[in-house]
Amino acid sequence: MFIKHSTIERNVILLAVLTLITVVIGGLVEIVPLFTIETTIEKVQGMRPYSPLELAGRNIYIREGCYVCHSQQIRPLRDEVERYGHYSLAAESMYDHPFQWGSKRTGPDLARVGGKYSNEWHAAHLIDPRSVVPESIMPSYPFLAERTLSYRDISDHLKALRTVGVPYSDEMIAQAVADLEAQATVDADTDGVLARYPKAAVGDFDGDPARITELDALIAYLQMLGRLVEFDKTQPGSLRQ
Amino acid sequence: MTALTAAAPTRVSEPYVEDVVRAFVIATAFWGVAAFAAGVFIALQLAFPQLNFGLEWTTFGRLRPLHTSAAIFAFGGNALLGSSIYVVQRTCRARLFGGAAVGWFLFFGYQLFILLAALGYIFGITQSKEYAEPEWFVDLWLTLVWVVYLIAFVGTLFKREEPHIYVANWFYLAFIITIAMLHIVNNLAVPVSLFSSKSYSLFPGVQDALIQWWYGHNAVGFFLTAGFLAMMYYFIPKQADRPVYSYRLSIVHFWSLIFLYIWAGPHHLHYTALPDWASTLGMVFSIMLWMPSWGGMINGLMTLSGAWDKLRTDPALRFSVTAVAFYGMSTFEGPVMSIRQVNALSHYTDWTIGHVHSGALGWNALVTFGMLYYIFPVLWKRERLYSIKLVSYHFWIATIGILLYITAMWVSGIMQGLMWRAYDNLGFLQYSFVETVQAMYPFYLIRALGGTLFLIGALLMVYNLWRTARGDIREESPIGGRVGLQAAAAK
Repeated sequence: MFIKHSTIERNVILLAVLTLITVVIGGLVEIVPLFTIETTIEKVQGMRPYSPLELAGRNIYIREGCYVCHSQQIRPLRDEVERYGHYSLAAESMYDHPFQWGSKRTGPDLARVGGKYSNEWHAAHLIDPRSVVPESIMPSYPFLAERTLSYRDISDHLKALRTVGVPYSDEMIAQAVADLEAQATVDADTDGVLARYPKAAVGDFDGDPARITELDALIAYLQMLGRLVEFDKTQPGSLRQ
Repeated sequence: MTALTAAAPTRVSEPYVEDVVRAFVIATAFWGVAAFAAGVFIALQLAFPQLNFGLEWTTFGRLRPLHTSAAIFAFGGNALLGSSIYVVQRTCRARLFGGAAVGWFLFFGYQLFILLAALGYIFGITQSKEYAEPEWFVDLWLTLVWVVYLIAFVGTLFKREEPHIYVANWFYLAFIITIAMLHIVNNLAVPVSLFSSKSYSLFPGVQDALIQWWYGHNAVGFFLTAGFLAMMYYFIPKQADRPVYSYRLSIVHFWSLIFLYIWAGPHHLHYTALPDWASTLGMVFSIMLWMPSWGGMINGLMTLSGAWDKLRTDPALRFSVTAVAFYGMSTFEGPVMSIRQVNALSHYTDWTIGHVHSGALGWNALVTFGMLYYIFPVLWKRERLYSIKLVSYHFWIATIGILLYITAMWVSGIMQGLMWRAYDNLGFLQYSFVETVQAMYPFYLIRALGGTLFLIGALLMVYNLWRTARGDIREESPIGGRVGLQAAAAK
């Protein structure tokens, strides 16, 4: 070395600055290119921001710590693709702030759970998991069905997400409350919400059409998971990172 | 390494700030018991889901972050802050920069952070980033506390009466600086409004994932490794009454450890949508990391050269040394698990949980116990601990607890990983997911038993430390039995 270590260890500032430089390098080399290399996010069709109801449901998913036991990231391994579906793409979480990939599968992966089970199954399962899967060790969430969803400030949530880069339009923000109510109400006029958020699941989710509960929002979120990318229109080459 | 024997504050004009350190070590013991109890409870929830009670505040999803944060930030954090304030003053022969006022601000400021974070978890206020769950307002408060901590620590180094900065302080300094960097970047978020507890991460999907695991892995690397290595570098030489084995090895392993660790994060994201180049980099650096890790282990263990007999008579030293052995084991296991093909099996399973606990219980907790057993008689100016025998019981109960825990997790993790990928002879997946959950049951019970033993050991420690602080001394024959007595008679 050009500097003797005895010099470094006699000088607080030198020690601190050299330490900072040493610990910065690895992060810079690994993180910065992820923002600059264009192929990091695959070019696929179908991705869109979450609808207001899905977003509210996603926030309940986060609040309850579902990510602690459920991953949302299918690996390109034969058994996982057979069990859960097509492996997860980076594009599929491009509007996720924060990401919900998880790190543990105490329960199964949920990246493509959307459409696999009925709304009735989800409602029964969340209220009492062992009523539909006797061996399940998942906590029961009866309180979700009892609590009315709070969504008065949902447009503020969309605005905050727009600040961090999610392409919510002015119209989406202006219509946020109306879209949320339309998506969760039976026989509502859903043309607007479906035009803004294609493939959104609409209707009553929790078996209680009289009001919009937290359970409605959570199931609406679960029912869209993994369904956005149009794999039939996707060529293998476009998945190359 | 002149600072090594700097116990007597001969040239210090004013005494060290010690009340604050006393508060920190009491908090360490308190939060340790809380963290272990929470761990035992959520371990039992996995075996008996009825224990979630159907209440929102008591589900596994909310209590698991409570357990991990209590263990890492409350138990580990108090141990690090308290021991660093103790060590930096003594190895610099200087009073804490800012004095007791700054010390008390750090103590109460940090406890407030813990309470805000813990209440947030119970009420569902979380960013969902593992080990960085607290929301933006709690993060801002911690940032303030941390900056004061950095100023106090560096200020004390400036005031030092020793020409050299002792090796333990390099590690403490790297820990403080790096945690500041990680904490600030990973928690960058936009709140919904000034009056909303909810925020949205600045980063999307794949970038968010890498930044989170850059943070998450280096919370291990700098909070749970560099900071605790600092404790090793002060307390093991003190307990063994020997100088650090190799000065050169300290230098080499310090710089290589802090350089390599930062790169290792992407090994948490093998086979995910993170591009392969990034996870390959993470894997390569994780494997290289094995060497500096073992450099630290060798430096710690070899410090006992010429003093190995003390292990027989000083069970507190036994804690510190066994901790270093566990450190060596889990820093070998880690690089193995970071290899992509091994990770394909281990990821998402209990193997990871077992690996984390061989580090957290075996390394972090045991080295902290060793520190507490050393520091209590010194801080309360007692001749010795209340009971040496109780320390010995604690040691064996805790060690058996850890072994039950990690072996149960090895078996259940590898078994579940193999069951997920098993095919029957017709070419179909052999097991449904829930069958693999059922197979976990006996191992969840063994894990809960191991955790319970670990908790019982910690309660013995709290009792022993409390009696020590009161000034009680239990009459007991020396540890080592007849051999020890004969040795004493021969002198």
